[in-house]
Amino acid sequence: MTGSTSDAILTVEALNAYYGRAHILSDVALQAGRGEVVALIGRNGAGKSTTFKSIMGLVDDRRGRITFAGNDISRSAPHEIARLGLGYVPEDRRIFTDLTVMENLEVGRQRPREGAPEWTPERLFTLFPNLAEMRGRLGGGMSGGEQQMLTIARTLMGNPLAILLDEPSEGLAPRIVEMMAHAIIGLKAEGQTIILSEQNLHFAGLVSDRAHVIEKGRIRFGGTMRELAADEAVRRAYLTL
Amino acid sequence: MGFYLVQFLGGLAQASSLFLVAAGLSIIFGVTRIVNFAHGSFYMLGAYLAYTLAERMGGAVGFWSAIALAAVATGVVGVVMELLVLRRLYRGPELFQLLATFGVVLIVQDVALLIWGPEDLLGPRAPGLEGVVRILGRPFPKYELLLIALGPIVLGLLWLLFHRTRWGTLVRAATQDREMTAALGINQTWLFTSVLFVGSLLAGLGGALQIPREAVNLHMDINIVVEAFVVVVVGGMGSVGGAFLAAVLIGLIQAFGILVFPQITLVVVFLFMAVVLVVRPHGLMGRQQATARGAGHVPEAPIHASGMMGRVAAVGLLVVLAALPALFGDYALAVLTEMMILALFAASLHFIMGPGGMVSFGHAAYFGLGAYGAGLLVKHLSGGMVAGLVSAPLFAGLGALLFGWFCVRLSGVYLAMLTLAFAQIVWSIAFQWYAVTGGDNGILGVWPDGWASPRWAFYYLSLVLCAGGVLMLRRVIFSPFGYALRAGRDSPLRADAVGIDVRHLQWLAFTVAGAFAGLAGGLYAYSKGSVFPTLMAIPRSVDGLVMVLLGGVQTLTGPLVGAAVFHALNTEMVRYTDHWRLTLGVAIVLLVVIFPQGIVGTLARLPFFRRKEA
Ligand SMILES: Nc1ncnc2c1ncn2[C@@H]1O[C@H](COP(=O)(O)OP(=O)(O)O)[C@@H](O)[C@H]1O
Ligand SMILES: [Mg+2]
Repeated sequence: MTGSTSDAILTVEALNAYYGRAHILSDVALQAGRGEVVALIGRNGAGKSTTFKSIMGLVDDRRGRITFAGNDISRSAPHEIARLGLGYVPEDRRIFTDLTVMENLEVGRQRPREGAPEWTPERLFTLFPNLAEMRGRLGGGMSGGEQQMLTIARTLMGNPLAILLDEPSEGLAPRIVEMMAHAIIGLKAEGQTIILSEQNLHFAGLVSDRAHVIEKGRIRFGGTMRELAADEAVRRAYLTL
Repeated sequence: MGFYLVQFLGGLAQASSLFLVAAGLSIIFGVTRIVNFAHGSFYMLGAYLAYTLAERMGGAVGFWSAIALAAVATGVVGVVMELLVLRRLYRGPELFQLLATFGVVLIVQDVALLIWGPEDLLGPRAPGLEGVVRILGRPFPKYELLLIALGPIVLGLLWLLFHRTRWGTLVRAATQDREMTAALGINQTWLFTSVLFVGSLLAGLGGALQIPREAVNLHMDINIVVEAFVVVVVGGMGSVGGAFLAAVLIGLIQAFGILVFPQITLVVVFLFMAVVLVVRPHGLMGRQQATARGAGHVPEAPIHASGMMGRVAAVGLLVVLAALPALFGDYALAVLTEMMILALFAASLHFIMGPGGMVSFGHAAYFGLGAYGAGLLVKHLSGGMVAGLVSAPLFAGLGALLFGWFCVRLSGVYLAMLTLAFAQIVWSIAFQWYAVTGGDNGILGVWPDGWASPRWAFYYLSLVLCAGGVLMLRRVIFSPFGYALRAGRDSPLRADAVGIDVRHLQWLAFTVAGAFAGLAGGLYAYSKGSVFPTLMAIPRSVDGLVMVLLGGVQTLTGPLVGAAVFHALNTEMVRYTDHWRLTLGVAIVLLVVIFPQGIVGTLARLPFFRRKEA
């Protein structure tokens, strides 16, 4: 396999995850280097979200080696992992609907971190201009696209070294998807490491350097976006076109 | 006019005290999702501590410092409970948390008894606020004016705390979605501990402020916690503003209700709650619970029909039970009879809690209705035992049919509170309707017919009826009705989609459970020869819960084991120790911490007991 980086910030090896008796992930391996945007691509139900949740410590029954920024996090609690600088943006957004936009950001706030871009609400509002006008609005009163931006901004408030971004384009109108792609490219320009999951190959292609393809809980492909684009067999077998 | 104004102000003063306690309860529930039964105990502790401190320190400064110190000390006690007990239970079934906090109630009762003794303690008056003011010519205690002001002040302070501090923002976030809050780097352990501190402090403050108003005594805990629950449920669980509104409404209902129905203000309050819950199932300002995301529910193993082994064991148990009269004397047989009756009672409660998924805090109502069904027949119609044992389940079943109609419209804690409300109503009627029920003198002379009056004969009668009842409940669980009931519990939407009328099924289940509890109650009446309102009081409902939870909700044998263990613990401890509450409380807490799935549930998870997957 090609594309692995020596300067890896996140390394996942032999990750297995279970929901009750169901074996969901089998020997998943992933890597992301500093400043990279890596895509985890797969169909609905392939195991993308479970991979991210396992990395974040949100799946109880997980086994494997997960190293983040030099720390073994395979047995750490979610808040410890977040404190080390790994941000998580869940696919269902999980905005605090009873809290205002500013309060949502406050929950995500952590101290500045060496080696990571430093975010303030004001800087985030330049990244997501829509949010600037609704600082006092309750999370519950926002549209899906606005919530998606808020959930990313909330995670960035933790000044993460890397973020796990679960299906950022899911369920959004085409215009918003485009804004989202711009925002991610903007983040990359800031040097933000991003691991994102996608069903949408096109969207992933817009923003990512490398891709892993997952199907039925196994990694089927790893390489650059360009290699994936060239490999029709993989796309046909594991991705919805 | 002055009279009504003073009455009104009195209601507001009462409301403030209620609000302090209820706000703490609500905050704790909001974040931890734990229904903290021990909250009333903290209130009581606050009062006792303030009493002692005020006595020691004396003077005006001493008095007010005593109040503040007592509140803080109570907060610390809450933290200790969190660290030692609750922390181990957040991921367990919520009922276990409830059970554990009930264990704490028992412990605090005995500890308070040990430290402060059984007598009522009269605290000092508040320095500077001893006298009365005249309002439209009527006297009104100055201290009450302070309380009236305190309610809104605390409400305002809490609002600031929750909306203007980072801590408050985090608490509100965790109230909504614990898992997400953790994934953003918030250490909830610390957050929960601090919430327990604030919540318990409020309870302690509420209690401490009572010392100039009323004597401190050992009954303060249960009385206040029931009222506080009502306030929290009416206001909406987790809503501090709702708690304030509800406290004011209930304070006023009590103040004016006492003029209209002097004897039954409690019933009026519970009726009010029932009406509110039927109209607004999540309380006045509550919202649909965001099913406590990230509460980490351990999926419970499904109930299996017992295999060959289980049947052999059941038959073996019956044979042993049938042989016991040959071995034991009357006292032991009486204890065993009671144990079997309680097992039937527990099995009937388990029937709605396990397969039905409905938690009842007031199941004793049906036990008591059964007992009164028999007792009233004896008292007013001189009916015989057989008629009494027929009327017991009928009477209780009818009660359950009526109340169940309301209850199945709610779920979770709200349902539990409504069942409690109905139980309290039934209890008040039995307690106060002297002409019919004999009030707290009860009904005496409810003896078995001649043929059943020897201890051993009544033992066999109970064995037949209780074992029969338990077996019938089991049969129902494995009938199509039982399967549909569980389908409705596990996924109401899907069950609805395949044409199962979940509510209707639950209503039926509630009625069936009530009828069997009634049969148990009827037998109990004949075994004791008497019927008293305490049969349907809160402690008896809690006993039922303890038995079911001790055994394990998702096991069928659980309630039986739970009843046996509980009753054995209870009777033995009353015999051998003066501090049975302390011992029982510690035992419950330990059991819950060690056996988070209940005794049978935990054993069933050990490899030795696990049935091979077919
Ligand atoms: N909480 C859960 N309990 C049981 N199975 C689950 C749960 N969440 C996801 N699954 C199953 O795990 C598999 C992977 O799901 P997921 O990781 O959400 O896939 P993706 O994010 O790629 O769509 C699916 O088959 C899904 O049904
Ligand atoms: Mg997904």
